[in-house]
Order: sequence, then C-alpha cells, then structure tokens
Amino acid sequence: MNFENISKKQLFKESQIMKIHYITGICALFVVAIHILMRVIMPYNMSLEYENVVMNYHNIFYAILLEIILVLIAIHGFNGLRIILIELRQNTAWEKSMTILTIIGMISIIAYGTRTIIIGNGLEI
Amino acid sequence: MGWKFNMSGKDNSGDHSGNDNNEEKIHKKELNGPKKTKSVESKSKFTDKTITLKIFRINQNNEKSNSHFDEYKVSSKRWTTVLDTLLDVKSYQDHSISLRYSCRMASCGSCGMKINGVPRLACYTKISDLISEDDPDPTITCEPLANFPYIKDLVTDFSQFFNHHRKIMPYIQNTKNDTIDSENLSEYVQSPEDLDKFLQFSYCIKCGLCYSSCPTVATDMNFPGPQALSQAYRYFIDTRDSANKTRFNIIDDRHGIWRCHFAGSCSHVCPKGVDPALGIQLLRSHLLGFNKNEKKIAKLREK
Amino acid sequence: MVVNDIGENRVNREGLKGWLNPTRYGWERVSYWFQRLTGIFLLVYFIGHVYETSSLTNGIDAWNAMLELTQTTGGHIFLILVIGASTFHSANGIRLIFVQSGKGLGKPGRPDYPYDPVSLNKTQRSGIWIALILSAVAMLYGANVLFE
Repeated sequence: MNFENISKKQLFKESQIMKIHYITGICALFVVAIHILMRVIMPYNMSLEYENVVMNYHNIFYAILLEIILVLIAIHGFNGLRIILIELRQNTAWEKSMTILTIIGMISIIAYGTRTIIIGNGLEI
Repeated sequence: MGWKFNMSGKDNSGDHSGNDNNEEKIHKKELNGPKKTKSVESKSKFTDKTITLKIFRINQNNEKSNSHFDEYKVSSKRWTTVLDTLLDVKSYQDHSISLRYSCRMASCGSCGMKINGVPRLACYTKISDLISEDDPDPTITCEPLANFPYIKDLVTDFSQFFNHHRKIMPYIQNTKNDTIDSENLSEYVQSPEDLDKFLQFSYCIKCGLCYSSCPTVATDMNFPGPQALSQAYRYFIDTRDSANKTRFNIIDDRHGIWRCHFAGSCSHVCPKGVDPALGIQLLRSHLLGFNKNEKKIAKLREK
Repeated sequence: MVVNDIGENRVNREGLKGWLNPTRYGWERVSYWFQRLTGIFLLVYFIGHVYETSSLTNGIDAWNAMLELTQTTGGHIFLILVIGASTFHSANGIRLIFVQSGKGLGKPGRPDYPYDPVSLNKTQRSGIWIALILSAVAMLYGANVLFE
C-alpha cells in the first residue's frame, strides 16, 4: 500500500493555516463588534441613511476598519469553506480545484469590497 | 450510554495516588449515587421479554441494493447482552448470520456494531438498557459499523482503519538509546507519573467504534480517525519515544489532525474510557506550541 | 465507485447523511453541527452583505432601492438570524480555540468504570450552553432594535 503523502507540496503547512484561521477569527470578532456598534450609536434606521453611510466611508479610520473586516472575514470564511469542501472528497484533482476555487472567491470578494470602500470614500454628498 | 450502575465511591479500589482527578471523581460518583440507585431499581423490575432482533444482511458484493433486514424473535432476560441474543439466533434460528466476536467481555474489540443506530460493542450492551419496560414490541436493530466496508452481514473490513493506525507509526522509536545492539540492554527508567500520561490511551482495543462515529471520517477517507490520532498522542507523550518530529510531519497534513473539530462523538462511544478526543486536543496543543513538551527521553537503566 | 488516491473505496461511509443527524452523540456533536451550519450561513450573508453595500457606489437611488429590498420584515428576521448565528459562532469558536489548545479538558488518568470521558466535561457543556444562551440574548436584543 502506498502511504506517500499526496499533499506534501503546500505553500503553508496545515498547522500554519489553522493558526491564521484562529487569529483571523478572534480579530474579526473585535472589529465586527465595532462595526455593529456604529449601527446602534444612533437610531438604527437613521444610521442606514445614504448621507450617514457615506459619512462613515469618509472617515478614513472607519474605511480602514471596513477593509480590515473584509480581509479577515474573507480569509476566515473561505478557509472554513475550503476545509468543509476538502473533507467531502479525496483526490488530488478535487482538492486542488477546491483550493483554487476558494482562493479565487477570497480574492474577488476582497477586490469587490475594496472597490466599494474606495469609491465610497470619494463620493460627494 | 446506558451504563449507569450504583458505583459508590467506596469500592473505588486501587492506588491512584498519581491521579489528581480521583478525589473529584469519587465525589462526583457519590453525588450521583441516589440517581443511579434509582436506575438500578427500575432495571431490576425488568422481566423476561421477547424482543425482535433486526439484523442487517449483506453478502460480500458490497452493493447496498442486495442488502435487507431479517427479523428474529428472541427471549431476553435482564442480563442478556446483544451478543448473547445474536449467538442465540445463530445457534437456533439462522446459522447463516455472520458476526465477529471473541472474548465476550469488552477486551478484544471484535464485536463492534451499530446497535439501534449507535456504534457499540455487542458484548457490552445489555438488551435491558436499550428498551423500555412499557414497550409492547421492543426492537433491537443490529447493523455493521458505519464507515467500514461490508464483508458479510455484521462483519466489516478493517483494512482502511488499520492502514491509518499503521501510518502514524504506533511503536516506540528511540534514536537516543541504542536498543538494538547494546551489550547493556536493559529496561527504560519511567516514573508512574510518566506512565499516567499515556496509560489511558494505551487501553485502546481497536474496536473501531470511534472511527465509526466520527463525523469527519464519515466523508474524509484520508483522515486518520480518532483511534490513530489518539495513538499518535500515546507515543508522542511516552518518554521512551523520540520520534516526535516524524509523527508531527505525518499528522500535520491536509487530511491530518486539523480535520478533527472536536465533535466528541469518539469519546462518547468509546467503551474503554480511552477518550480519543482528549488525546487529539492535547496533541494539537503541542503541535500549536501552546503546551510545551517537557518530555525528557527516558534513559536505559544501567545493568 | 468513488476511490481516493491510494485506491480505497468508500463503501458504507456514513457521508453527509450521518452528518446531518447530530442527535445521537451528545451536545458536543450538536455544537459541531451548529458551528458548521452557522459558518456556511455567515459566509453566504457576508458575500450578500458586500454585494448589498456595493449599491452605494451607484448613488442614492440605488442605495434606497436596496434598502427597500432589505428593510422588510423578512429582511429583519434574516438579520436576526445572522445576529444569532454570528454570536453562537464567535462564542463557540472561542471555546473551540481554547479546547484545541488543550485548555479546559482535564488530565488523562486511569479510566475507571463507567468510563466517563474527561474531555466531555462540565466546562465544555457549559461553554456550549453559554454560546446558545448568548446567541438567544443577542437575537432578542437585535429584534428589539430592528422592530422598535
């Protein structure tokens, strides 16, 4: 029986990936808490008015916070998805395609969100 | 599990001086005393019953379409185990039933099967624990262990399971001491505290119940499973062994230890108290570096 | 027949069918099941949320149209579920990080009948319950804010 490890050529060791998973999870908890607090410091419906939202984006610290949330959750979420997917089926082709698929998903959601943040930051009220 | 008897702390014999949990355990048992006495009382009312035994039948070709359930009526007493009834059926009703068993006392780990949907040892499961007294038509369902390929009826193929066990190198490896060609070959010096760290995990009987209950094993074929991973910890923490790095490289894999998500099902079904989930989490804490490995490789005693 | 790279077959694997029923093995299995479901649910919400907020870039009309779509009773119930899911996922996730770092598990010893596993102890069970209670409280608070 061939016991060679088929997934030896990895960029990260699985333990490193899991450390990233834990750290992004914990950090996301704090930044998301701030993000939600921004919704309740003024009446909820008012906080969602166009002017108020754009004002949020104009605040450079808040824009950076949003970007951090975006990156952290994208990494944490898509890595979680990858874990679930590679547990379903075991062959090199499936694992490779799922890894690539989740990385593409991660990058595109970060890119798309960043676009909103940058444009939102430059919007006139 | 339905194994509750009145275990008062007083019969807790043996020298457990190395065990910090012991006192707490005794206390816990005393606290639970009255409740368990009640359950024994209710069990003692159990009268002889005729039960229906549903047995999963399949013949080697591994095609689920050819499988079916056969039903048998068997009488059962309070102390009758599932294995007893299975052997009763095999002796007097249907000789063609295949099952694997040996010791009848939860020591060999051969008679693991899915009883009423949960993996258990047939010799260690009493009928009276599974059915209620008021049930007019009690039924016990016996199926082969999940996650193991079928061979025949209740007999399953353990080769994948043992391959995973073999893969983590379940034997002492020691490069620090010359154990092969030594003139002075003698025993290792190991303290009782050193022993207590791995003793629990060495009680594993390889019955496959944990492997059968694990939700990751259910879909992931390359995942070593709770049994192999807890054995990896058993050798990792053993002071006679020095192959930590080699084992870490094997289990720190895409389908290695990180696919355990602590669902705890393995420890839930383990009939020997091995607690595989504990071993896996402790091994993982060492792998992450949260737990410093204070292990000193044991020395050979001088002759 | 599906095989892996070393040619083993997966006959009789429980598969997702066994996974979907978390009731047979105690609370830890339920928490594992919930953690996964909430994780997937939150990822879906996250993608939707990024898409939803991107309407901002198309001006005030697009933003208001999106608000009209999401600020409905159904949308609010969905949001309350998101609040519950994220609270449970966070609280239980913290418990899992502790557990997987070997904290709160108890020590290996000499097992004795009836072999209660030390890893499935009261600390774990109360952790799961705290996560469930916290998410319920968060959902109530969320409902209070959204439906005021």
